[in-house]
This record gives sequence, structure tokens and C-alpha cells, in this order.
Amino acid sequence: MKIFLSRDSASKALGSEEVAEAIKAEAKARGITVELVRTGSRGMIWLEPLVEIDTPEGRLAWGPMTPDAVHRLFDLPEDDPLALGPTEDLDWMRRQTRLTFARCGVIDPLDLAAYEAHGGLAGLRRALEMSGEAIIDEMKLSGLRGRGGAGFPTGIKWDTVRLARSDRKYIVCNADEGDSGTFADRMIMEGDPFSLIEGMAIAGIGTGANKGFVYLRSEYPDAIEVMREAVEIARAAGVLGPDVLGSGLAFDMEIRVGAGAYVCGEETSLLNSLEGKRGVVRAKPPLPALEGFLGKPTVVNNVISLATVPVIFEKGAEHFANFGLGRSRGTIPIQIAGNVARGGLFETAFGMPLGELVEDIAGGTASGRPVKAVQVGGPLGAYMSRDEFDTPFGYEEFDGQGGLIGHAGIVVFDETADMLGMARFAMEFCAVESCGKCTPCRIGAVRGVETIDRIAAGDPAAAPLLTDLCETMTSGSLCALGGFTPYPVMSALQKFPEDFAGRREAAE
Amino acid sequence: MPQSPPVDDLRALIAPYLDMEGPLLPILHAVQAEYGHIPAPAIPVIAETLNLTRAEVHGVVSFYHDFRDAPAGRHVLKICRAEACQAVGGSALSQRALDRLGVDWHGTTADGSITVEPVYCLGLCACGPAVMVDERVHGRVDDTRLDAILQEVRA
Repeated sequence: MKIFLSRDSASKALGSEEVAEAIKAEAKARGITVELVRTGSRGMIWLEPLVEIDTPEGRLAWGPMTPDAVHRLFDLPEDDPLALGPTEDLDWMRRQTRLTFARCGVIDPLDLAAYEAHGGLAGLRRALEMSGEAIIDEMKLSGLRGRGGAGFPTGIKWDTVRLARSDRKYIVCNADEGDSGTFADRMIMEGDPFSLIEGMAIAGIGTGANKGFVYLRSEYPDAIEVMREAVEIARAAGVLGPDVLGSGLAFDMEIRVGAGAYVCGEETSLLNSLEGKRGVVRAKPPLPALEGFLGKPTVVNNVISLATVPVIFEKGAEHFANFGLGRSRGTIPIQIAGNVARGGLFETAFGMPLGELVEDIAGGTASGRPVKAVQVGGPLGAYMSRDEFDTPFGYEEFDGQGGLIGHAGIVVFDETADMLGMARFAMEFCAVESCGKCTPCRIGAVRGVETIDRIAAGDPAAAPLLTDLCETMTSGSLCALGGFTPYPVMSALQKFPEDFAGRREAAE
Repeated sequence: MPQSPPVDDLRALIAPYLDMEGPLLPILHAVQAEYGHIPAPAIPVIAETLNLTRAEVHGVVSFYHDFRDAPAGRHVLKICRAEACQAVGGSALSQRALDRLGVDWHGTTADGSITVEPVYCLGLCACGPAVMVDERVHGRVDDTRLDAILQEVRA
């Protein structure tokens, strides 16, 4: 009997380790040999711990599993309330286009042979036959844009590094995913780490860099452990090292752990941190592509951008570019979080309207109350109201609504949410996490908290002052932390004015 | 837990990292893993080894939330304060934890068993509210589960 169970930290947080123990105990009690394969997560977090049983007809899903119900797995009654049927037939799975996450939840993340059997390393092998220029052209053709939030075309960034003349170049993976509501980086690192390693190797081969770093946030201990093991396995198998897959080309990498600073998700402060300095933002120019880590040409890409590279090379750039909407090409792993009935990771082509994601895919709120607001793109993303639910998921489309897709996390709030409180939190967070280099962010965030408190106290002059302050932060901050904090603040103020008006009356 | 680690021990701890490009954060993580915090006497040793000023090393230590200048309690409870957890009652949960333990954020209980830290996102946003005890994660933490976690940790 072969059973699959996720080792993703969301699954662990919901009791997968207890379920694993129960499966082993039950198998022993029944005298059955069970092969328990620990995988990444399929992304259906509301069904975790999700157990899958291997059958000749495919995998059968059971969830959410509890240790007490494990014995029922062994009897396989089809009418069991936890029996969900074939995994691939579940609505959530059928409606996705899984390119980046094709293997996640399917294979043991540290089984390199399984990785290869599911299409892994085919992209790197193809890239090794190509010139650097051809690799960059393939990337440009794919239309892949930075999945970290900025949406800059990855191929153009790589080309700048390729054409820069230097004795050393670097590939740096930004795995400092600190945005609330986002967990795609964590899931791919825990569930399919070789895809990131392969993507970084292709980036190295294409640009002429032979050293890579993954700057991984310390809040993800499970991802750190899996990535470190995966790098060692890849090195032992010759995927990394002085002779990548026998090509004569060198590429190796290290996993580096951050130290709890949100601002280090900004690429220049990340580079400073990697160098061992305070994670303070650098002024641009110079671009990191020309003067990055230790002053050398450096590709800084987000985890999902890099982990998507192998499938682009495996299936071809055109295959990838055929998905999507407008200038947003390919698929995007959308992370659905907060107060939702069905939360998790849903990879789909760009273009699905926000409302369909929230009401249909996620099934509305967990509390059953109406949706009030949806924050898209992390703590620096705008709050969207129900009026904007027809906005298609794409870079330009969200920009047109005064929002951003950021790292493609969406956080749903029900009608009990206090939007003045959320605006205040955005400023408070900016004050805590500001690197301190520029005044609009460092001082502005503190003044922002105070000004929102004045609004709450009923001061009629405070709202125009807050608007003015936000304009200063937007235009005057060095990076997105100070520059984008006005998105959640102003969107809350403009779209939910009733939350900013009623305080004084309520108090009187 | 020695307050003043011998200089030779520190040098031996640092040595494996010296060939790295940008070794300071890995060194600080190693020191904290060994001593539970960054002991003040370690700073001049690290500075001298890396040819930095003490001020530079101090600046780095104080910049990052993770590095402590004093040891934490026996366990560290990190409670997510970020938006996705707030959307499912994270703020009330945090307040309950702080009240139960009689501490404020970053505080350590009188018996030295738990230090409570805020964390801005554990990547468990689809199963909040989320907390992490040492390196073990818990999702969908309600009042009952919180009380059970606190009881287990303090036992």
C-alpha cells in the first residue's frame, strides 16, 4: 500500500505529523506494509492534512485527515465523508493550469529521480545545448515577468547581466517572501526545491554567472532545511558543481538565512544583507544587474520567477507565452488566504477576475459573512472593494485600478474588518520595518500612525493631512516599503470612508 | 550558558565561515545558535576577525529582529500579527496569549519559560491564525489550542 502525505509546513501546522504517526501505527497493527511518501502540498490547504492513496486508477484523496480517522483509510469505504475521490478530478485541481507547481504535492521533494521522471532537468539539459544569447532569447520570448511584484521582464534583466563584463557574476534568489498572504515561495521550496535549483542553474549558464545564493527568510525553518538538503543532493548528483551535468560549465550555490528584516525583500537591501551589512536600501542606479552583490553584475530574481524557468525550457517559451492576458504572460500561482472557506494555492493563467477567485474558487469567507475587502499583493497592496471584483488578474489591469498584484497573494476580510485599523496597521508595520535610510518612510510612517489616530479621534483636519503625507511617501521614498505603504492606507480611506467617519459619533 | 564566552571558543566557532563571501550574518546566526544570543564580548572578536569596526558589527546586530542581546526564555512563541491572520482573529488571539502569560511583546514570563515575539508572516496565511513555538508551526489556532500550546510549553 502506497500513501502520500504532505510535509509542507502548512500541513504540519494542521497535524500531518500526528497523521503520519497514526498511519504507521495502524499499518503495524494490521500487519500491512505501507510505503509512506512525504510530498509537498497540492495547495488545497483547507483539506490538509490531505492523504492520498495510490490505486491503479490514480491517487484517491482523503481529507482533512485526523489521527482518529486514519483507520478508515485502510478500509477504503467510498461513502466515507472524508473520501474525496480522485485528486486530479477535484474541482480545485481541474480548474488550474499547473506549470510551475506541476510536481508540487506529487513527488517526494528530495527524490531527484522522481523529479527527473516528472520532467525535471529536461530544461537544464536543453539550456546546456544553447548559447547564452539563445537562452536569453527564449526567456524574452516566454514573456516571463518578475513574480516578486515589480513585474520586470526577466529576460531583459538577464541580458543586462550577460552583457556586463566582469570576472565574477552572481545569481541571487530573493526568497525573503515576507508579504502576508503569500506562501508560494515557501511551498515550492518545501515541495519542489530542485525546480528552483534548476532555474538558478539555467540563469547562471545563460548569464555567465557561476555562483548563486538563495537568501531565505528565517521565518521558514522547514524551507531552509529542505533547500539545504536539496542543494547537497544536487551537488552530489552533478547538477551543481564545477561540471554541471557533464557540460564543463560551472555553477554552484549556497543557502543563506535572513534575520527577520522585512525590508530585505527589497533587492538592494537584500544584497547589503547578503554582504553582511545592515539591510539598508541602496539608491538605484547603479542597477544590481550591473553593480550588485559585492559590486559585481547580479541577477536578483524572486523564487517563483526562477522556479518557472525549467518548465519554460522544458516545454518551450511559446507554450508558456500562450497562456495569459495582455502583457501578463503565462501562469501565476495565486495564493488565497485570510478569511476564506477554501484557502490555498491556485495556479492559473493570468486573466481570472478577482471576484471569481474570491467567491467561486475560494468559496467566499470562512465566517460566512459577506466579503468586505480584499488586499491583493501583500501588506503594500491596495484594499479592493467588491465593486472591483471584475478586475482581471494581471499586472496592468490591477495597476489601472490603483492596485498591484505584487506577489499574487490575496487576503480576504469579512464585514467585521475595521479598515481604519487596517490602515493604521499598514503605517505601524512600515514604521517597525523601515530600514531608516530615507525620511518619508522612517518619519512618515510614524506620523501616519499618529494622523490616523487623530482621524479616529474625530479630528476633521487629519484626513487631508494623511492624504498629503501619503503623497510625500509615494514620491519621496527610496523603495517600495515607504513608497507603497500609501496603497493600503489610501485605498482603505477612499473605498471605506464610513470606517473613518463614524468614530466620534460612536464615542459620543 | 556562559555570559562571557572564551575568545578561543568564539574564534573556533567563527573559523569555518571566514572563506564565505559576506560571512557576517552566517557568523551571527552561528553565535546565536551556540549561546542563545549575541554576547556583547563576542562583538569585538567578530569585528577584529573580519577587519570591521565594533560599531559596524553592533550596527548589523541591532538592525535585525532575530539577533538578541540577551538570552530568550526556554521557548520562543512567535505569533503572527500580519494581515491574513488578522482577518481570522489573530489580534484577539495575540492579546489572549499576552494576557495569559502576563507579558508584552518581546517579554519573557517570570518563570523564564516563554518569550513572546511578534512575527510578520509565517507563510501559513491560508490556515491562520498561525503561531510557531521554537521551530514547530501551528495553524488555525483558536483559544482552546492556544491554551493547550501554552500549557504544554510551560510544563
